Amino acid sequence: MTDEPLFRVTSLSKYYGSRVGCEDITFDLWPGEVLAVVGESGSGKTTLLNCMSTRLMPTSGTAAYRMRDGTWRDLYRMSEAERRFLMRTDWGFVHQNPADGLRMTVSAGANVGERLMAVGDRHYGNIRSTAIDWLGRVEIGEDRIDDQPRAFSGGMRQRLQIARNLVTGPRLVFMDEPTGGLDVSVQARLLDLLRGLVTDLGLAAIVVTHDLAVARLLSQRMMVMKDGRVVETGLTDRVLDDPRAPYTQLLVSSILQV
Amino acid sequence: MPTPVVVSEVAKSFTMHLRDGIKLPVVANVSFSLKSGECAVLGGPSGAGKSSILKMLYGNYAVDEGQIIVSHGGELIDLATASPRMMLRIRRDTIGYVSQFLRTVPRVSALDVVAEPLVMLGEDRDGARDKARELLARLNLPEKLWLLPPATFSGGEQQRVNIARGFITAHPVLLLDEPTASLDAVNRQVVVDLIAQKKASGVALLGIFHDQDVREAVADRIIDVTEFAAGKIAA
Amino acid sequence: MNIQATDIATYNFAYLDEQTKRMIRRAILKGIAIPGYQVPFASREMPMPYGWGTGGVQVTASIIGPDDILKVIDQGADDTTNAVSIRAFFKKVADVAVTTETEKATIIQTRHRIPEAPLHAGQVLVYQVPIPEPLRFLEPRETETRKMHALEEYGLMHVKLYEDIARHGHIATTYAYPVKVEGRYVMDPSPTPKFDNPKMNMSPALQLFGAGREKRIYAVPPFTKVVSLDFEDHPFEIQKFDQPCALCGAEQVYLDEVILDDKGGHMFVCSDTDHCEKRREDGHRGHMAPENESRASPSSSAGPSPRKDGEEEAPTLTPPSPRPLRGEGKGEGQHQTFEKSREAE
Repeated sequence: MTDEPLFRVTSLSKYYGSRVGCEDITFDLWPGEVLAVVGESGSGKTTLLNCMSTRLMPTSGTAAYRMRDGTWRDLYRMSEAERRFLMRTDWGFVHQNPADGLRMTVSAGANVGERLMAVGDRHYGNIRSTAIDWLGRVEIGEDRIDDQPRAFSGGMRQRLQIARNLVTGPRLVFMDEPTGGLDVSVQARLLDLLRGLVTDLGLAAIVVTHDLAVARLLSQRMMVMKDGRVVETGLTDRVLDDPRAPYTQLLVSSILQV
Repeated sequence: MPTPVVVSEVAKSFTMHLRDGIKLPVVANVSFSLKSGECAVLGGPSGAGKSSILKMLYGNYAVDEGQIIVSHGGELIDLATASPRMMLRIRRDTIGYVSQFLRTVPRVSALDVVAEPLVMLGEDRDGARDKARELLARLNLPEKLWLLPPATFSGGEQQRVNIARGFITAHPVLLLDEPTASLDAVNRQVVVDLIAQKKASGVALLGIFHDQDVREAVADRIIDVTEFAAGKIAA
Repeated sequence: MNIQATDIATYNFAYLDEQTKRMIRRAILKGIAIPGYQVPFASREMPMPYGWGTGGVQVTASIIGPDDILKVIDQGADDTTNAVSIRAFFKKVADVAVTTETEKATIIQTRHRIPEAPLHAGQVLVYQVPIPEPLRFLEPRETETRKMHALEEYGLMHVKLYEDIARHGHIATTYAYPVKVEGRYVMDPSPTPKFDNPKMNMSPALQLFGAGREKRIYAVPPFTKVVSLDFEDHPFEIQKFDQPCALCGAEQVYLDEVILDDKGGHMFVCSDTDHCEKRREDGHRGHMAPENESRASPSSSAGPSPRKDGEEEAPTLTPPSPRPLRGEGKGEGQHQTFEKSREAE
């Protein structure tokens, strides 16, 4: 294994006063790898996600990212301008609530095109055809390109949010409960779409979810968190089929069988 | 003949933390090896730990003790300690697996389910689909089903999709967990032929076959799992 | 007692106290030093409602001196309520000379227009600004827009132009058309028609912008690059009028549509009244110019601001241009006021 990871988190901790947000998290993520972070609410998975995506500054620890030019950068030592540039080019962030990740009052096309314009694309025709292409890839009809996401269903909004994030060809996407709040049938479609996109584009992704089925379908590797700490980690099917930590066993045994 | 898999003194037990931490021993002191071009069959009654051994070999179950050495691209890797990432590579390149049940993905056609392992290995999608068609035809899966997602298929149809998916690649090691359980005689024979073909091309196979006829047709030797019963050493 | 009473009755020069003027001048200097950057300032209460030019008035009050000659225009016209009031205000509180002639003015306070006559070095153009933040309508959080300016994240500005093209087939923004100043800050040029945007580029005059309610001052120093944002395949264009001014025959100027009667009669005349008058004094005639030229004044028949089909509504944040169709008598009266003020020079 001579190739390098894409993202490297070392001893990451975040405390809110004396309360633990997340503690001593260490892992590497390789290009094209999908890591699921699971745990119940309050387990620290969202704190961890926010620290990793630099939306929150950790109390201690480092997170390093391998830039497109191959150099390693410590995320917490980058300037805000560099971080924000990274976030809208090489990274994506899919929010649980699409309204947090979309501009609800501009058209679907502009939502998808914004990142392109942000990196200097100044050709309307190109931006629009790229937007149409991406809407198609997330199964939104070309005829909806000038509609505002306010007029979209929850599932469509979420797909639009995904297109908006992927249009610049990011290498790493953070997802926060990407299927939360959606109907089961809509969830299945979205998961399937995500799975296809992640495979086709070779994306690395960190998916935070409390839904083990989502983790099984999307991820190769899994990290189980409880009280801010990682209690178990490994191949997703290994963790789910042969859970070893008491808490993981509880989680797995709590899945409703259909 | 090369020996791509060597299992030595492997033990596996389950600790049930939700049941006051009781320990359920499954197997202990498991030792055997697999040679290229042979098909070994795990024998023994249900509950003896045949499936557990297969799953440890695939990294699906953790290994408590011992070593499972696999020759992966010229390197010898111990599956008991391999990183998840290494395990994924071994699954992609070295060890194939035909499970008893197909874990279906919504909206992916049977054809693409079968072609996927080849695509993962870098083969172009069209070529992979051609090979998938060939295999599905050989397994007598009605052509009208090829473009449908297998979720709604019957047990036998799903199993044939699963077999095709497992056999499409040229993995040097292939694990078979009751691949013929819900097949009719004709298709069982197809599987027997496929296994013979794999053997001829130097693949090491390890399987569980409850079907007496199939077992006799494919097995070069039987590994008696009862010898690895966890109680034996303790007793 | 008497002395005190006199002191109370007397305004400080140019209304604002000296400390306030110092504060505003510092903001202006900072604005000039960072072209296009919005400098916060402690906007004072002025004896007029917000939206009537409180920002512009404070800027003018802070830079005006006894020797300055002030011109005030509102949508190009010198004779509207807003313009007349502000001019009268400074005559009273600063005792300065006023003019309607672009050429002669040293300070021109404007609402929504840049004069047609080229400005020259030494002149200062003071804009009244309702909303200084060009990103406001797309990103309502001030904390975020300030960060976007700081980090030069201006993709959002193009999102607005994209939306225009998607909806109208062309960039339909016709006023307050965003510009980039000296290759750095994106700036709202105040609700001037985009027709005037090219005049801002490399202008020899100093351009100052005051937003009273929003408490922001920004500036474009003389000879600064001001570029209107656009797309490669939808380049920036100014409005074009398919007919010349009905009174002075001017082409390539910004025209107002004037309603003549209730039967659909209308004409297009220069929005810049001074420019129109000058041309007619020089003998230029449009097709509807009256025979007796001495009585003619475009301002006596001003109407609502121009609007081309498919274009956006004129800005409504500031009060609508107080330019009613008025009777001859009233028009004459105001006209006379101008004559007087000109005589005063």
